[in-house]
Amino acid sequence: MSTSVVVTGLGVTAPNGLGTDAYWAATRSGTSGIEPVKRFDASEYPAVLAGEVPGFVAEDYLPSRLMPQTDHMTRLALVAADWALADAGVQPSEWPAFDMGVITASSSGGFEFGQNELQALWSKGGQYVSAYQSFAWFYAVNTGQISIRTGMKGPSGVVVSDQAGGLDAVAQARRQIRKGSRLIVTGGVDGSICPWGWAAQLAGGRLSTSADPDRAYLPFDPGASGHVPGEGGALVILEDADSARERGARVYGEVAGYGATFDPKPGSGREPGLRRAIEIALDEAGLEPGELDVVFADAAAVPELDRVEAEAIRAVFGPHGVPVTAPKTMTGRLLSGAASLDLAAALLSIRDGVVPPTTNVSPLPEYELDLVVGEPRVTDVGSALVLARGEGGFNSAMVVRKAAD
Amino acid sequence: MPTQELTIEDLRRILREAAGEVESVDLDGDILDSTFEELGYDSLALLETGSRIEREYGIALEETSVADVETPGALLEVVNKQLATEHAA
Repeated sequence: MSTSVVVTGLGVTAPNGLGTDAYWAATRSGTSGIEPVKRFDASEYPAVLAGEVPGFVAEDYLPSRLMPQTDHMTRLALVAADWALADAGVQPSEWPAFDMGVITASSSGGFEFGQNELQALWSKGGQYVSAYQSFAWFYAVNTGQISIRTGMKGPSGVVVSDQAGGLDAVAQARRQIRKGSRLIVTGGVDGSICPWGWAAQLAGGRLSTSADPDRAYLPFDPGASGHVPGEGGALVILEDADSARERGARVYGEVAGYGATFDPKPGSGREPGLRRAIEIALDEAGLEPGELDVVFADAAAVPELDRVEAEAIRAVFGPHGVPVTAPKTMTGRLLSGAASLDLAAALLSIRDGVVPPTTNVSPLPEYELDLVVGEPRVTDVGSALVLARGEGGFNSAMVVRKAAD
Repeated sequence: MPTQELTIEDLRRILREAAGEVESVDLDGDILDSTFEELGYDSLALLETGSRIEREYGIALEETSVADVETPGALLEVVNKQLATEHAA
């Protein structure tokens, strides 16, 4: 029997709410944070909408010493980590440094910071490039900065698998707790809303070019035509269940199952790996499909990918066999932050007995999904499955459930 | 026309721009003989500070000359000595 691993703290920075309470209130009520891009002038680009975190003034939360050396998404991550620790009632300075670690997900690092320094290099010369470019752009930068700020010296790292990383990092954190760490700060807070990040994401061919915030990101809908990108995500505090119980921590839920697979080579005709990832995660959690209460979908909003996800869900749970939702229709897809935010939403669903809605979507009947649309669904939630796929073939599935008393 | 001398006021400003400041330290106080470590600046902060001084004053500092100085006073001395030499030449 493996060590049980639980979530004891949440820190959320999301496009429809800064802080867990603001995010959850907006998400339950179907309030979107998708708007025209404000971080740069995107009006001449094919994609003009984004989910940007509202009202975030980094200087209100972080010391000036960190300002010249951090990308916007790292600032969001540092604040999310602070909030998650406070939510868990953990003061890291009171813990042995080597009992705690940091494992975050990243998709591309600090692109906005990197773009500024590359512009300085090309337009003015090497001596105008910040010394902090050495790490501020880097994939592992959020992990490093959180580790330095909190004094955590235990097992740490970064997982890079596009959107799937938001679950893969949590799985890696769980491995480290099973190996003896007491606490890991994990999850993903990401963002790349700058011209360079925009160009890179546009090249991927999956961005919606609609200018209508209510029609731009429509997973499982006949009008699905790509997604709106966003920034933010969630960091969570993962702990050994016994250790959490001993210190009297409030527990949001247990990370009960996880499966990760990779798609077969394109054109091979073999089934994509998502169904198998779901089955592995359910199997580890010891759940029959009929016992699961809700699925938080990856929700690519690319017709072919929607079809693959709907088929995987139907294959495991049967037609209309389980409630499915995609609250990311209110935030856009947050790169490696997306699935971590869904994980936080799943745990809040368990806490409050309510499934947040998918907004603006009328699902294609042939998908045979019980998609929770329009209104939140009040129902007892004992377990939830979060799905995430990363470009290039990554599939991850994670089951969280109400912790045993 | 580059400024001829780096003053402690110039250095305070450049330090703030390059690396911010630690809340518990009064950067406007008497810092000439404080160590950069006491002021909360690590080697990377000094590298960035040195790079900004080079840009602003149009000089090229020896990498070791910045890496070896431990106090603002010593840094002023190194920079101003080089400024005097270069302008005399």
